[in-house]
Amino acid sequence: MTDMFEGVPQEPGAPKPDPIVTADKVHRHFGGLTAVDVAHFEVQRHAITALIGPNGAGKSTFFNLLTGFDEPQTGEWMFNGHSLVGTSPAKIARAGKVRTFQLTKALNRMTVIENMRLGAAQQSGENFFRALVPGTWKAQETEITDKAEVLLKRFKLWEKRDDYAGSLSGGQRKLLEMARALMSDPEMIMLDEPMAGVNPALTESLLDHIVELKDEGKTILFVEHDMHMVRRISDWVVVMAEGKIIAEGPPQTVMSNPAVQDAYLGAHHDTDLSEDAS
Amino acid sequence: MDILLDSINEMIAPATAAFALAAIGLNFHFGLTGLLNMGHAGFMLLGMYGYAISTSRGAPIWLALIIAIVVAALFGLLLGWPTLKLRGDYLAIATISAAELIRYLGRSNSLQSLTGGSTGIRGNDFKFTFEELSPLPDENITFLFWTRHGSLSSSWWLVIVSWAAVALFALLYWQLARSPWGRVLKGIREDEDAVRALGKNVYSYKMQALVLGGVIGALGGVLWALGNSVQPDSMGRPTTFWIWTLLLLGGAATVFGPIIGSMVFWMALVAVKGIAGALIPTSVLSPVEIEPFSLVLVGITLMCLVVFRPQGILGNKRELAFND
Repeated sequence: MTDMFEGVPQEPGAPKPDPIVTADKVHRHFGGLTAVDVAHFEVQRHAITALIGPNGAGKSTFFNLLTGFDEPQTGEWMFNGHSLVGTSPAKIARAGKVRTFQLTKALNRMTVIENMRLGAAQQSGENFFRALVPGTWKAQETEITDKAEVLLKRFKLWEKRDDYAGSLSGGQRKLLEMARALMSDPEMIMLDEPMAGVNPALTESLLDHIVELKDEGKTILFVEHDMHMVRRISDWVVVMAEGKIIAEGPPQTVMSNPAVQDAYLGAHHDTDLSEDAS
Repeated sequence: MDILLDSINEMIAPATAAFALAAIGLNFHFGLTGLLNMGHAGFMLLGMYGYAISTSRGAPIWLALIIAIVVAALFGLLLGWPTLKLRGDYLAIATISAAELIRYLGRSNSLQSLTGGSTGIRGNDFKFTFEELSPLPDENITFLFWTRHGSLSSSWWLVIVSWAAVALFALLYWQLARSPWGRVLKGIREDEDAVRALGKNVYSYKMQALVLGGVIGALGGVLWALGNSVQPDSMGRPTTFWIWTLLLLGGAATVFGPIIGSMVFWMALVAVKGIAGALIPTSVLSPVEIEPFSLVLVGITLMCLVVFRPQGILGNKRELAFND
């Protein structure tokens, strides 16, 4: 357990010493079905926080709410002290909180390098009138391309530079999406199931990349099913079930919390149902 | 030989250029941004009305052109405002009905004094400002095998201006498609949410593309009207579908696709008509039946194209094909 979580109580909604994201009374229901009902939630800056929970726990919906892709009926949530209520996903991204998607959204019919360039913020040639005068954006484009190439080398996608993103493997697309998100130098990166559909051979390098991001001072929040990954890289784990946060704690101990075991495995998880047990 | 010369004549005709220009506009919508605009003829018709009505009321040519552009831009804004926040199919439904609405409004009796109702506006009422600008002599001119009037109606003057306009806007497409602005549009074509997650205002970009393509469509309409007349029923749904056909034929998301597509499409139609007329005896197919018959043949050819070469003549299958 990292020092920054020293003294943080291991309970749902625990206050953190230096929160980058806070959320209060966030409630989202679809018709009569409550998807998310979070009383209080904080994410510690410069740490890797995992958001886990069984299927249908509301993790992805909560994730969408935090990134502006969905709007709750009630609630208040802040990023770096600024309220994000009613803010568009694009503005949230520009504020320094960038996300990736569970179903990877590599832009398939664009090349890898074009994908990367698109990730850059403040390319003035993205304005229609400036686009007509290449002189106003060519220099910036060179800078952006240099930066993209450094990231492509780091994420081992350099050989794929001019290939269409659609020709990459599932794991490479995850890497591309992560690298693309880094183009805008975000403060915080939100990864929605970064391991889903990734070939085991790539898993280790993907994990190393995520840890490296933390070492660079970025904050990471990710949703994941893969417990191996959660145990290996996260500093803090938040467990959701039925829309609520039911437990928080360091990865080594949170899984032994009885509330978590019940949520995951049902109340009868100790009962052996296999044939040779009878 | 006559069939060949007629076909080539059709290939360079002002109407072919007008359709090529309209298709360049649609290429901004569909090829670059992925917007399903099924009412492109509506933009063309609005441009025609804007130009013809203001000219017949005494506006100079530059003002008439500006009015045509502004009307089309306003139409784009109005159409995009409610629909661009929704999924792509809604834009298709909204545009097809909006284009029909324009046509029905244009041909309604209550607007007779403005639009001329279903008979439209006669060429003589609005072509003169353009024809007065012609530097060519006021007589029939024969160039190689083809004879056209120098300045009147479907003239050499109109041929030159039309293809110059097509070249200009093809250049514009080329420049914008390779700019960072065009890159954002391509990203939107691939996945809106991904582009949103990268901090771009998707709604604004889609609106810009819709308005720009619509304005280019309106200018295509003006060119078409200068070679014919303003007639609302000539800008119905079939016109929109022809533009789609020739864009996909040439290759969407390419610079020359709309141009090659328009040339091949109209040339093929004349060639098929000519050959069918020469080879099939009138006892089998009467001259009146030749026209629909050649459209059927062209239709079959296009189906084959979609099956065997879905990216069109010039398109890149990995970037944008018809059937994926």
